[in-house]
Amino acid sequence: MSATPPGPPLWLLAELTYRCPLHCTFCYNPVEFASIEHELGTDDWLRVLREGRALGAVQCGFSGGEPMLRDDLEVLVAEARRLGYYTNLLTSGVGLNEKRIAALKDAGLDHIQLSFQDSSKELNDFLSSTRTFDLKQRVATLIKQHGYPMVLNVVIHRLNIDHIDRIIAMAVDLGAEYLELANSQYYSWAQLNREHLIPSREQLARAETVTNHWREKVGDAIRILYVVPDYYEQRPKKCMNGWGNVFLTVTPDGTALPCHTARMLPGMAFPNVRDMDLASIWNVSEGFNRFRGDAWMKEPCRSCPEKEQDLGGCRCQAWMLAGDAAAADPVCAKSPQHDVVERIVAQAQVPFDARPPAQPLVFRTAKASRELGTAVPPAA
Amino acid sequence: MSTTPEVHATPRLARHFRLQWEEVQQRHVLLYPEGMVTLNASAAEILKRCDGTRDVPAIVAELEEAFDRRPLDTDVRAFLDIARRQGWIAA
Repeated sequence: MSATPPGPPLWLLAELTYRCPLHCTFCYNPVEFASIEHELGTDDWLRVLREGRALGAVQCGFSGGEPMLRDDLEVLVAEARRLGYYTNLLTSGVGLNEKRIAALKDAGLDHIQLSFQDSSKELNDFLSSTRTFDLKQRVATLIKQHGYPMVLNVVIHRLNIDHIDRIIAMAVDLGAEYLELANSQYYSWAQLNREHLIPSREQLARAETVTNHWREKVGDAIRILYVVPDYYEQRPKKCMNGWGNVFLTVTPDGTALPCHTARMLPGMAFPNVRDMDLASIWNVSEGFNRFRGDAWMKEPCRSCPEKEQDLGGCRCQAWMLAGDAAAADPVCAKSPQHDVVERIVAQAQVPFDARPPAQPLVFRTAKASRELGTAVPPAA
Repeated sequence: MSTTPEVHATPRLARHFRLQWEEVQQRHVLLYPEGMVTLNASAAEILKRCDGTRDVPAIVAELEEAFDRRPLDTDVRAFLDIARRQGWIAA
């Protein structure tokens, strides 16, 4: 338990569905998504939105999967906007046609984040295992025509990082206000494909130089966010800005999580919005209090002078790489398991020719999901 | 982006920014795609008047009148400069 009561959950992420027409190799939805059924209905979501707003949530993200697959999206956006949320739609663009984009505008949608997988049709369509590149271009134009601010989100990894110059040029051409170039972090499907996705140090350095060059060139016209993989840091990130501190995710079946990948953690009882109101979930549930504050920490975190800066890093990474969700995030150079990360990073410096990946790329499909079942900590 | 205010500038909130009172936080906030800026009371009073119809002297005069404090010109201009640099307001 934390000593002081938690502040409000400023961010409510509504993951409306795990269904998605795309099959991205780095998807952060749970590997076992196909076995998670019973999506919340419209009335449940409306109640979640009202309870979240009463708790003080102010940013609301509609995400998935592909949220456009929900035909009640317009109803949910309208209620969220009426309640005073700043409403964000996070979409692949599939299903966002002229009629629905206008209806969403009428409902009061504030902003659209559109994902691309690459600046080239070939790689975009390969990585998502769909023919969606041309559609995404058309959707980007529609978003601007309808006067929305547009964030382009491109997950960066070994296979597209060398295209970063063209990716930024594309975002500028499409008129995006923000561009998120976030390197894939290795959770869920991206963890399965880590060998394929982790860039080399040289690739990262080049990408950063190119990004900085563009920042100087375009100034404030487009704000570019560039995030390197945790594995290349010497200290872990303050994951989710602290467990149960700012973020509240409600997943398609109603399970509430302090972060969208926390479902993987073993032995955790995460509450469901069907059984508990959001205030109880946020303030008193066991799942949301498990890693609040620092009383749960072990050494070396417990006596670390930097513990308040990163709160021990990411609990999922600790579980995946150290086999203990309460351990220090092995990304930290002070972690006894840091050698695990060092070995992975060392391997990433070797070109594919000299180390063919042990398994082919796994695409996020229902079939693969059922075959792979529930996630277990991979042999690091 | 220039940080020198135009003589006849009538500042207004930048597109896609929304200013609102948050009951739970007991303060005004500025919202934008996936982000939030928390505002102190004086910042909020200035931004409330940045609606594209008032020029800077008018904003200053209104604030001096409303809060019975003067001169506020230097403080208001300094804040507007920051707000412009942050991209919160246009003009």
